[in-house]
Amino acid sequence: MDAGQRLTDDNFPEHPEKATLEGKNKFLGFWLFLGGETVLFATLFGTYLGLRHMNMDGPSTEELFKLPTVFLATMLLLTSSLTSVYAVLALKQNRVRTLQKWFIITLILGLAFLGLEVYEFMEYVHEGHTFTSSAFGSAFYTLVGFHGGHVAFGCLWIITLLARNWNRGITLVNAPKYYLFALYWHFVDVVWVFIFTVVYLMGKVG
Amino acid sequence: MSTHASHKKRSGLMDWLTTVDHKKIGILYLIAGGFFFIIGGLEAMFMRIQLFKPENDFVAAETFNQLLTMHGTTMIFFAAMPLIFAFMNAVVPLQIGARDVAFPFVNSLGFWLFFFGGVLLNLSWLLGGAPDAGWTAYAPLSTTSEGSGVDFYVLGLQISGAGTLIGGINFLVTIINMRAPGMTFMRMPLFTWTAFVTSGLILFAFPPLTIGLFMLMFERVFDANFFNPDNGGNILIWEHIFWIFGHPEVYILILPSFGAISEVVATFSRKRLFGYSAMVFATVLIGFLGFMVWVHHMFTVGLGPVANSIFAVATMAIAVPTGVKIFNWLFTMWGGRIVFSTAMLWAVGFIPTFVMGGVTGVMLAIPSADYQFHDSYFVVAHFHYVIVGGVILGLFAGLYYWYPRMFNRVLNETLGKIHFWTFFIGFHLTFFPQHFLGLMGMPRRVFTYLSGQDLDQLNFISTIGAFLMAIGTIVLFINVIISTSKKYAPSSDPWHGRTLEWAIPYPTPEYNFAQTPLVRGLDAFWIEKAAGNKGMTPAEPVGDIHMPNPSILPLIISAGLFVAAFGLIYDTMTVVVIGMAITFICMFLRSVIDDHGFHIHKEEVEEDLKGVKL
Amino acid sequence: MFAMLALLLMGCGDPTLSALMPQGEVADKQYSLMVLSLAIMIFVLLVVFVIYVFVIIKFRKRKGDDTIPEQVEGNHLLEILWTAIPILLLIILAVPTVMQTFDLSAKEKPKKGELALKVTGHQYWWEFEYPKEEIITSQELVLPVNTKVHVELSSADVIHSFWIPSLAGKTDTNPGDGSKNYMWIETGSKEQVYKGKCAELCGASHALMDFKVKVVSKDKYQAWVSSFKKASGKATGNAAEGQKIFQKNCLSCHAVGKEGGATGPNLTGFGDKERVAGVLEHDKDNVKKWIENPQKVKPGNNMPNVPLNDEEVDAVADYLLSLKLQ
Repeated sequence: MDAGQRLTDDNFPEHPEKATLEGKNKFLGFWLFLGGETVLFATLFGTYLGLRHMNMDGPSTEELFKLPTVFLATMLLLTSSLTSVYAVLALKQNRVRTLQKWFIITLILGLAFLGLEVYEFMEYVHEGHTFTSSAFGSAFYTLVGFHGGHVAFGCLWIITLLARNWNRGITLVNAPKYYLFALYWHFVDVVWVFIFTVVYLMGKVG
Repeated sequence: MSTHASHKKRSGLMDWLTTVDHKKIGILYLIAGGFFFIIGGLEAMFMRIQLFKPENDFVAAETFNQLLTMHGTTMIFFAAMPLIFAFMNAVVPLQIGARDVAFPFVNSLGFWLFFFGGVLLNLSWLLGGAPDAGWTAYAPLSTTSEGSGVDFYVLGLQISGAGTLIGGINFLVTIINMRAPGMTFMRMPLFTWTAFVTSGLILFAFPPLTIGLFMLMFERVFDANFFNPDNGGNILIWEHIFWIFGHPEVYILILPSFGAISEVVATFSRKRLFGYSAMVFATVLIGFLGFMVWVHHMFTVGLGPVANSIFAVATMAIAVPTGVKIFNWLFTMWGGRIVFSTAMLWAVGFIPTFVMGGVTGVMLAIPSADYQFHDSYFVVAHFHYVIVGGVILGLFAGLYYWYPRMFNRVLNETLGKIHFWTFFIGFHLTFFPQHFLGLMGMPRRVFTYLSGQDLDQLNFISTIGAFLMAIGTIVLFINVIISTSKKYAPSSDPWHGRTLEWAIPYPTPEYNFAQTPLVRGLDAFWIEKAAGNKGMTPAEPVGDIHMPNPSILPLIISAGLFVAAFGLIYDTMTVVVIGMAITFICMFLRSVIDDHGFHIHKEEVEEDLKGVKL
Repeated sequence: MFAMLALLLMGCGDPTLSALMPQGEVADKQYSLMVLSLAIMIFVLLVVFVIYVFVIIKFRKRKGDDTIPEQVEGNHLLEILWTAIPILLLIILAVPTVMQTFDLSAKEKPKKGELALKVTGHQYWWEFEYPKEEIITSQELVLPVNTKVHVELSSADVIHSFWIPSLAGKTDTNPGDGSKNYMWIETGSKEQVYKGKCAELCGASHALMDFKVKVVSKDKYQAWVSSFKKASGKATGNAAEGQKIFQKNCLSCHAVGKEGGATGPNLTGFGDKERVAGVLEHDKDNVKKWIENPQKVKPGNNMPNVPLNDEEVDAVADYLLSLKLQ
């Protein structure tokens, strides 16, 4: 059978994302890649923890952070994770239109999150907290910015993926791709939970 | 049957630029790594000439600092790493009975990223001066270094580091998912095991380097303050991040050499590897402990007695699994019929040399003694004993051993032995006296030393040794050039090999195995030969073989980053945008163009099988 | 065997520079651990080498012998042996290692009445401050015999590392107030001039960042302290001419006595120094050579070319060499 063919409900495998060797390889390779990404973010978190009180003349974390905005951003991203779960459920049931619907909602939530982050950064710059103002500034924007970059890349990814496969249904070639995107999106979400805790909550409390 | 793109044959240069075949990529790595090895070696020679007498003025102080930085960076990242990847590519898929790696396209991308990173870094010599802050690039020396040298360092390593990282993931997936039927983990040849553990180390060690390099770049290009104490930064962050990467990197280098030595020692002793499971366990343990010892590079940094003691003991612990390996090699030879081919000579030379490097490593693990050793020539001697005496001798053993498999030709044994003896004697002559130079008060990375400090004689001897090593290397290259004019090797199994890569006819078919072999134990090929079989028992009937299409995109993706790097170095944002656009457009093309590869049809495979020469 | 090893290593190198000829408590202790570890390691080397030589001689393939050796899988007892014995050896080494690490660090900071010293690394020279004595000098330390000296280390620019091999191992000097380091030295009983080095790559002239440690009797040390504090930098003759030029051109960076800036090395007592700029023979030609073109002597250093004519340089050199204590 051709892996690029639209799957029907009759020949639909239980795990379409891992039904071919290519799919299995991608699945494992991507998990490993996320392992590397974890170390990457761990390094950024370590650096941030070492430098977060080095705000010099600029505002401190307590003065700077506004929890309502950040809380809203967190909710947007958490919800988007949930919608991507629905998309994967649709994938497993061979319902491509439902999958597309949920991924589009995921994308919109991701874009909203990015917009909020840009707004937040602009506010901070206004208050004198910039990338070059202090070691805290450099560490903050690098950590949060790296995460934002991951969200932005995810948005581009899902746009490309949806557009290219819009009329193709679910195949053994694109099933792993949808699945891996969802995996990536969860990862980015989990990193944000850590950012929310370590950067914002600890910044407000300690 | 599907109607995939037909079998596109490309020829000449285009074939090499677009290849996704692991065997060809292995050769590309070998050639590029060999090229950078020569450059790094020349840099070393210039330094030894400068130091052959006190207060010499062969090179200026600034040039010397560039030489020492480029020598270290080139040898580690652009000579040793690609040479390791050369053998991993050439050997691992064959050893596990696979037709290629898991992601052939990514494999090619990994090579081209490494290659453009190396070219970028070395272009710094021609564009205003090479980096001069040491391969460790400690801040604030690196953040305040004038000129663009350190920018070349940062971006060259960033680009090639990305290539290494994806290469590591590729081999992990290949080894986990693509083993032939019957090839369980505990039947994998030791070289494959070490490639596996090394890939795991790459996966977890390179991301910290990526972040460290980003910070260094942000600091230099965008005025960030991570390492600037005047604005709240802390210089120790760089040192920690660098060594969290840097120490595992040492094991990334040495483990595949251990693997090569294990194959060579077993083959030429005509014996199964002694204590195979202990060897596997020791490999994994070394890899694991490799992440727990980075502070031993920082004993003099002032982290306090608790940190120093913990990391001292952890470092000493690594001596145990390493010792296990040494004794297992000795007892593999014990009772064997040792054939001293050139490959085996390198392996036999490796053992005592590496032990000497290992014991000085334990001495360096003692913090208070390290206050004396650290950053002196004692350390220079130590790490050359492990990296040249360990990694490079192991790679040379592998080169002579696998050369027939990679090129279907053997290297001349006589020239090989001349290469061995000159290089081996030269090596000890160069580096053994350096232990004493360090203890006698000579710091490392000095462009000169004053007379009247009793340092003259040993430095002189050291330089003589370096010339011998250079002669040895020249002999190797003569040997390689001669081999290209030779006909094919007399046999596809010239060493009476034990593992699957020797079960393949020569020249190695594009698809490696006409039929995936069935593996019945450790040393799979040896088992079949001992049972009187001519080759492996196939695990499948002859059929169509699916192959990936070649692609030029990996090269262009890497070239895009290369262009963008110049934009960052010279602060020209339009160039950055152009470069990144090239890269992203190629990535976009890769994801929207359907590329399902092609099939080699059953009839062709059968045709090949008829003409097989074993 | 210990004694033999120690003897073997002793006598290697320059007695004022070599870590193998330790003086004073710190270097002695460090040396003793070096010898202990070396002894254990030589034992290991011997075991490996004996097996190794035996194996490669005994088990080489003889001509015409085409038999296949027995395919041994391994041996549990041996595996346990060569795991357990190294662990034991390492424990023997680890215990004194950890003890000494804590012991050395416990004595880093000065108690009341002990000699304290602040060392600051600069590209490419050393600043030495005796906070209690209120003395700031450069390049050459003067210390009394048999005395514990507690050193606080920092840097004015990049990382350097403070190393007097014969007296104590090195410690890095880090820039930034948060990264100050501490160490101590015990000066030993010999009156001797020790050589000191920078051990961390710090720029073009890293190799030339030498300094000296003059260990003198306690009386001489006291005399040095009091004359240093009295030093005024007054001069006569050609040197007096030089003093005027010096005050106009050099004083903003270099202090003599109580006057002058702190950007460059303090030059009080310059006439008594062992070396010019830490590296050149201490004579007038070299002083002039330095003033005329400091970059030629130490590439990359921060001293500018001061526009002086030949006579002025000559006068300044005379003046500097006249700056003697006592």
